[in-house]
Amino acid sequence: MAKAKTNTEDYMRMYRQMVRIRTFEDNANQLYLSAKMPGLTHMYSGEEAVAVGICEALTDDDRITSTHRGHGHCVAKGANFKEMFCELLGKEEGYCRGKGGSMHIADQSHGNLGANAIVGGSMGIATGAALRAKLQKKDDVTVCFFGDGATAQGLLYEVMNMAALWKLPVIYACENNGYSEYTKTEEIAAGSITARAEAFGIEAHQVDGQDVLAVNALTQKLVARARKGEGPFFIELMTYRYHGHHVGDINREYYRTKDEEKDWKDNRDPIIRFRAYLVDQGIASEEEIEAMNAEIKEDASAAVEYALAAKYPDVSEVDMHVYTDIKHACA
Amino acid sequence: MREITLSQAVNEALAEEMRRDETVFIIGEDVAEAGTPFKVLAGLVDEFGTERVIDTPIAEPGFMGLAVGAAMTGARPVVDLMFGDFLFLIMDQLCNQAAKTHYMSGGKLTVPLVLRTNLGATRRSAAQHSQSLHALVAHIPGLKVAMPSSAYEAKGLMKTAIRDNNPVVIFEDKLMYQEKAPVPEEEFLIPFGEANVKRDGTDITLIGTSSMVQVCEKAAEILAKEGISAEVVDPRTIVPLDEATLLASARKTSRVIVVDEGHQSYGVTAEIASRINEKAFYHLDAPVLRMGALDVPVPFSPALEDITVPTPEGVAEKARMLVAGEMIHAA
Ligand SMILES: Cc1ncc(C[n+]2csc(CCOP(=O)(O)OP(=O)(O)O)c2C)c(N)n1
Ligand SMILES: [Mg+2]
Repeated sequence: MAKAKTNTEDYMRMYRQMVRIRTFEDNANQLYLSAKMPGLTHMYSGEEAVAVGICEALTDDDRITSTHRGHGHCVAKGANFKEMFCELLGKEEGYCRGKGGSMHIADQSHGNLGANAIVGGSMGIATGAALRAKLQKKDDVTVCFFGDGATAQGLLYEVMNMAALWKLPVIYACENNGYSEYTKTEEIAAGSITARAEAFGIEAHQVDGQDVLAVNALTQKLVARARKGEGPFFIELMTYRYHGHHVGDINREYYRTKDEEKDWKDNRDPIIRFRAYLVDQGIASEEEIEAMNAEIKEDASAAVEYALAAKYPDVSEVDMHVYTDIKHACA
Repeated sequence: MREITLSQAVNEALAEEMRRDETVFIIGEDVAEAGTPFKVLAGLVDEFGTERVIDTPIAEPGFMGLAVGAAMTGARPVVDLMFGDFLFLIMDQLCNQAAKTHYMSGGKLTVPLVLRTNLGATRRSAAQHSQSLHALVAHIPGLKVAMPSSAYEAKGLMKTAIRDNNPVVIFEDKLMYQEKAPVPEEEFLIPFGEANVKRDGTDITLIGTSSMVQVCEKAAEILAKEGISAEVVDPRTIVPLDEATLLASARKTSRVIVVDEGHQSYGVTAEIASRINEKAFYHLDAPVLRMGALDVPVPFSPALEDITVPTPEGVAEKARMLVAGEMIHAA
């Protein structure tokens, strides 16, 4: 594994954050399967090293934009389980007061500008946040997360052009998990994804998205350079989603084999790999890791219980927050 | 008569038209093997192959544009837009290009394409996957707009749409895909611009579109138990609009409520209500009422979402007030 952050505390934090994402998703999936969660949700399981490796290279002043598969980004950028599960269940104490749900979940106070249910919908937003940083002479950086499927959206090419022309502090982070919905990436993406960024003169990298240290090391370097006005950058992170496109996508052998899924889970799992590294390097013992896993599990269960019992927003909230200055839009 | 689901009805209509006319093809995201996320097109690729059931990248403006060009040069594309909310992405191709080409060319060019998409809230999908945006499209001259209210209409209107030489947008209610209705096995078409009087009545007319036809029918049942006789009319296409049938019903009953799932302000309900006001005013005993979706982005939380759409009880309540001659302005 590549070297990145160098102190034990940072390593353990990265491990913890990855386990927190996996645990959050396991619980969310369970909520769906037991019909306790309204609607559908897209699991981030398998892709933890991407969100964690990147977000651990950012400060609270740095922004991210997230996607429909956004729980991982949300956790990695500093969110709590309690408010997240409340949001997933449409409760008043959720990060978006129950108005957003899974596809719009975000802890805004940590620089998360929102998950987005429109594929590619946040590319302009992220680039705009970076334009603001430049205009206001701030040194924060924005990371725009999006999937391989989203590279088909024309908006990406409009905003990369401007970002490159104006040297904006934005990092385009393409999470290539091999699929967009029920279709393999090679069937929907012509040529090379990184070469598209390079065509605009944007420095582009491809990295193993299952190696949290590699992701983190690269992102730290690029963030530092972006702060100095050397951006934009593009990273293609090679990763894999363990579940179906969404929790309801259960019979998926018509588009990908069980063997393929098993191979990624058994041989390239980002958490198993990093755990082995931590033990191997003497950074943590098996017991310490087990204790951490157990504590996270408990935290999640407690948050789920809390969210299940929490109250829904009052119906009077339905027409609030439509406008900033009109309390009730339909009054 | 046999009963089939709305989903099967659409599937059959497409298959029949594709067999009849080899210039018809389907284009959109995950339409082939996956048969769309709603499985509406399941099996069509087996019969017609990937040259006529074409999977695209996630590039809505792109494939919409391709469809316009193909239609102008001798094909009859059926574009599959996965969610009605994505209309905002394709507006230029649909409204500036497809809608205006025939007119701008002095009648020399035609754009015989169908855009299949959907509408409808209460699926717990939040603000970017729940909108009913048919009014936006109906506002643009040059586009025809069909709104099937059951499997029967879905089949008959789809077949007519494919044979029409204009761009036609069909909105299916995504919550109705699994609902069954009697659909004849023999071939049939439903002409555009012919409203359907679903239920005869004398005291009040309930005009509903799409799934709101069912809401009106249920309201009529509630009202019947109280001795109020409600007529239910389904325009079936809002462009062209069968004004004559709507006006005849309004003149007969003297009271009208128009129910539609688009936002109430500046919407389809307003258009129909104002035509009735203009042309049947002296036959009316009460102001024509509009009932649309609440003027708010669709919230995720079930506690909020459910109160944003018209319900049978809500329609019945307003109907009661109109029939009783109560001052609805004060309500
Ligand atoms: C504009 C738009 N088109 C289509 C969809 C439907 N949709 C949701 S997720 C998705 C696939 C996205 O694939 P990718 O960008 O690779 O992200 P992943 O789901 O793999 O994380 C599609 C087609 C959408 N939400 N928005
Ligand atoms: Mg993907």
